[in-house]
Amino acid sequence: MSYIPHTEADRAEMLAAIGVARVEDLFHDVPAACRFPTLNLPEPLSEMEILAELEAMSEENLDVGHYPCFLGAGAYHHYVPRVVDHLLSRSEFYTAYTPYQPEISQGTLQSIFEYQSMICALTGMEVANASHYDGATSTAEAVIMALSVGRGKRRRVILSPTLHPEYRAVVRTYTRGMELEIVGDEPALNTDLEALISLLDPNTACLIVQTPNFFGQIEDLTGLADRVHAVGAMLIVVTEPVSLGLLRPPGDYGADIVVGEGQGLGNGLNFGGPYLGFFACREKDVRKMAGRLVGQTVDAEGRRGFVLTLSTREQHIRREKATSNICTNEALCALAMAIHLAALGKTGLRTLAELCYHKAHYAAGRIASLEGYRVWNDRPFFHEFVVHCPAPVVAINDYLLEEWGLIGGYDLERDYPHLANHMLLCVTEVIRRQEIEALVEALDEARKEVAA
Amino acid sequence: MKANRGVPCAGVEPLIYELSKPGRMATTLPALDVPQAELPPAELIRDEVDLPEVDELTLVRHYMHLSQLNWAIDVGFYPLGSCTMKYNPKVNEAAARLPGFALTHPYQEVHTVQGNLRLMYELQEMLKEIGGFAGVSLQPSAGAHGELTGVLIMRAWHLDRGERQRTRILVPDSAHGTNPATTSMAGLEVVEVPSDKRGNVDLEVLRGLCNETVCGLMLTNPNTLGLFEEQLTEVVALIHGCGGLVYGDGANLNALLGIAKPGDLGFDVMHFNLHKTFSTPHGGGGPGAGAVGVSAALTPFLPGPIVELRRCRESDCGCDCAAELDEEAVCFHLTMPEKSIGRVKAFYGNFAVLVRAYTYIRMLGAAGLRQVSEMAVLNANYLKSRIRDLFPVSHDRTHMHEFVVKGIVPGAPGVHALDIAKRLIDYGFHPPTNYFPLIVPEALMIEPTETESKEVLDAFAEALRAIRDEALTDPELLHQAPHTAPVRRLDEVRAARQPILRWQGA
Repeated sequence: MSYIPHTEADRAEMLAAIGVARVEDLFHDVPAACRFPTLNLPEPLSEMEILAELEAMSEENLDVGHYPCFLGAGAYHHYVPRVVDHLLSRSEFYTAYTPYQPEISQGTLQSIFEYQSMICALTGMEVANASHYDGATSTAEAVIMALSVGRGKRRRVILSPTLHPEYRAVVRTYTRGMELEIVGDEPALNTDLEALISLLDPNTACLIVQTPNFFGQIEDLTGLADRVHAVGAMLIVVTEPVSLGLLRPPGDYGADIVVGEGQGLGNGLNFGGPYLGFFACREKDVRKMAGRLVGQTVDAEGRRGFVLTLSTREQHIRREKATSNICTNEALCALAMAIHLAALGKTGLRTLAELCYHKAHYAAGRIASLEGYRVWNDRPFFHEFVVHCPAPVVAINDYLLEEWGLIGGYDLERDYPHLANHMLLCVTEVIRRQEIEALVEALDEARKEVAA
Repeated sequence: MKANRGVPCAGVEPLIYELSKPGRMATTLPALDVPQAELPPAELIRDEVDLPEVDELTLVRHYMHLSQLNWAIDVGFYPLGSCTMKYNPKVNEAAARLPGFALTHPYQEVHTVQGNLRLMYELQEMLKEIGGFAGVSLQPSAGAHGELTGVLIMRAWHLDRGERQRTRILVPDSAHGTNPATTSMAGLEVVEVPSDKRGNVDLEVLRGLCNETVCGLMLTNPNTLGLFEEQLTEVVALIHGCGGLVYGDGANLNALLGIAKPGDLGFDVMHFNLHKTFSTPHGGGGPGAGAVGVSAALTPFLPGPIVELRRCRESDCGCDCAAELDEEAVCFHLTMPEKSIGRVKAFYGNFAVLVRAYTYIRMLGAAGLRQVSEMAVLNANYLKSRIRDLFPVSHDRTHMHEFVVKGIVPGAPGVHALDIAKRLIDYGFHPPTNYFPLIVPEALMIEPTETESKEVLDAFAEALRAIRDEALTDPELLHQAPHTAPVRRLDEVRAARQPILRWQGA
C-alpha cells in the first residue's frame, strides 16, 4: 500500500507517452552498482495491523493521563480544550505548505498574523515572528540576532546559570563555529543577577536571563535593561507564556528580545515535540530578526490581505549573508497556541495562570511542613519550585511511582552536580487537590522508607 | 472557484480581535480546589493581556472560515517543486494522537517510556537501512535544521582530526537556497560551483576547487533541476580525494527510495525530510522533522540524545525488563554520542512527527517504498511529456521526481512565469514553485509526487495548454490573475515598505 492510484493500464499509457518500455528505464542515470538495492525492512502492514501494533507500543509507556505527573522543567502538562485539536484537524490547515501563494493561503497567513499579535500582547513587545523550532532554538537564534545587531564585533555572551540547561547547550551548539566567549553559567552556580551584571563589558553582545527561571522562580528584572544597555548590549529574556497571564511582560522592563517555549498553550507533551519557540523583538531591530513574518497589505481591489514580508532578511534572498537558515518552522503548533489563547481570552489566561500559581503554592506549603523536606522560598515562584529531599531524587521517584502511581519531579542533580537530592516539582491546573495530598503523603512515606 | 468554496461571502474574514466583545470566553476552567496563596508583589504582576474575547462558536466559525481560504493537499493538486506535497495518510494522525504516546513527558524515567524509545530506535534503524547510513539522529526539527546539524558534524570531524584549515563548503548553483545560509551559520565559507550544460556539477571547475581547505560539498541529488548527477561517482571521488566530505540534501529523497541508498552512493551525511518523503503533513509551514544520517566515521559526532538498544543481561540497565527471566530481553536508552556536536534542540526530536513517519514506513515496507519513488518519477516524466511542447524544459534528459520548465510563451513577451502561476489558481491548481532554481530564467519547478493520478496530471497539462493559448490571445487575463481566489494579487511592496506586523486596534 503506497497510496498510489496507478492502474496497470495507466502505467502502460504513461510509459508509452514518455517513450520508455519499463519504469526501471527511467533510472539509467543511477550508477548501476548501486541501483535497486535490497531494503531490509519489516513486512508491510495493513492499517488495522499497524494501529494495533502502535497501540500496544504506546501502552508500554506510563502516560500522564493515568499517572499524575509533577514534571515540568520546560514541558508542561496543561489541559488543551477540545476545540483546539478539532480546528487543527481541518486538513486545509495541516496539509497546506508554507504560504508561498498568498492568494490561496490567506487562512494560514491571517492565523499567523493573529498569532504574532497575541505574542506581542503577551510579551509586551512590538514585533513577533511566525515561530522557531522550540524554546531552545529560539534562544539560540536570539543570541545570533544580538551578535548581528552588534555587527559581529561583540563576542561575549552572558548566560544565566538558571537558564534551562538544554537551552544553554543548544546556544553552544548553534554558535560552535562563531568563536564566542560564553560566560556566566559555569563553573559555579551563582543565581544572583549582580554576578551576571558584573560580567558586562563593551565586548558583550547580550545577556540572557530566564523568568520564571529553570527553578521556577520569578526574577525581578527591573532596572536590568538599563545596566545591559549601558554597555551597548541587548537583554534577552526567556519566558513561559502561561506565566505571562499573571506576570509583568518583559517588554515592560526593557527587554530587547523575548523568546520562549510556547508548548504550554495549545500543544500537548508529545514526549518533547513538536513544540514551538516564540520570538519577539523591538520594531527598530526587525530587519535583524530571523524567521518568517506575516504583514498586512491590500489586494488589487483594496481589500485587506496578508503576505509573507520583509523577506530580504531571509536565507533564500540573502543566501550566505543571512544570519539564519530557518524556513520550515512550527506553524501548526503556533496555530494551536493562538487558538488556545483566543479560547482563553484575557480573563481565561489570567484565571489559568492563577490556578497554576495557587495549586503550586499549596503543594509547596504542604511539602514544606513535612519532616525532612525543605522548599526553596527565598524568591517568589510561579508553578514550579525546588524541594530539598532527604534522599536521592531517583530513589524517591521510584518509590512514588511504584507505591503510589505518581510521576515525581525533575532531578536537578542531572544538570547541577551540587544540587544532589534536589527535586524540581511542577503543579498545573490538571493536578487535583487529592493528587497533591497523595503526593504529600507519598513523600512523607518515602522519607521513612527510602531515606531510612 | 475551488479555493473559497463553502465560504458564503467574499473571502475576507475579520481578525479574531475584531470579533472580540468584553466578557466573552470560549473555555471553561475548573474551580480552585485549594486555598488561595498570596500573589507575588505588585511590581511583578501585570495589567491584563490584550487578547480577544470570543465565545466558542465564534471561535470555531472564525477558524473554519480561515481554513476555507487555504489551498491544501486535501483540497487539490499541489505540484510545488522540491516540496514533495504528497498525500498525508489519515492513519498517521490517529497514530500520533494515541494517548500512550501523546501524554508522555520528555523527562520521564526511561523505563516508563519504553514504547516511545522503541519506536524511535526502530525508526533510526529503518532510516539507516533506507539511506545506507551507519548512524541516525532524530533530533533536528526540519530540513534546514538537519542541514546545520550535518555541516556542524562535518566541521567537528575535521577539527577532531586537527584539520582546522578546512573552512570552505562547496555549494553547486543548483542546490537548495538554504545551503549557503547554513554554511555561514556554521562559521564556514561558501564557494559556489557552477553547473555544466547538462545540469551536472561542472567537474573541471570542481577539480580546481578541491584542496586542503575544503570541508565538504553540499550536494542535492537529484538536484533542483530534477536531474540525477551523471558524474556522481567522479564528484564524490574528487571530494573524498582532497580529504573533504559529501553532504546530501535529502529534500529530494522521494526519487530514491529503494532506487539507491545515498550512503552507497558515497554521501557521508544527509538529512531526511520526514515531512516530505515520509508523508507527515507540512502544517502550513511546520512542524517537520529533519533526521540526519551519517557514515560510520561520523557517528560519534551525531547530535543527541539518540536511542540505544541494550541487552538487559549484559548491562546494568535498571529496567524492569525481567532480565533474569528472559535471555533476549532488551531495553532502550537515551545516550549522547561520544564526540557529539551537542544538542540541536531541547529534548529528542519532533516525536509526534516521528510517529507519523514510522507508521508510513511500516505500512509500505520495502516494496511499497520503491513503488513510491518509481511512481513519483513516472509521474514527473509523464507530466513533462504532456507539457514539453508548451513550455521549454530546462534540460532534455530523463528527469527524476521533478522537472523545471521556463515559464515563457513565444509570441507573448509580456507574460512571465508569475502570470502563468497565478492563472493556474483560476483553473483550480496550486502553482508550481516559481523563480527557483535561480539558474533557470522564469523557472517553474514542478513536482507532481506519486500520489496523484494520471487524470489529475492530464487536467493540469490541459490547464497549462489553455493558459498558453490565453497568453497569446488575452495576456491581460494572465497579468490580472488570479480572478477567482479569495483575494486578488496582494501588494507585497507596500507590505514591506510600510510594515504592519500585528493588530493595533481599529
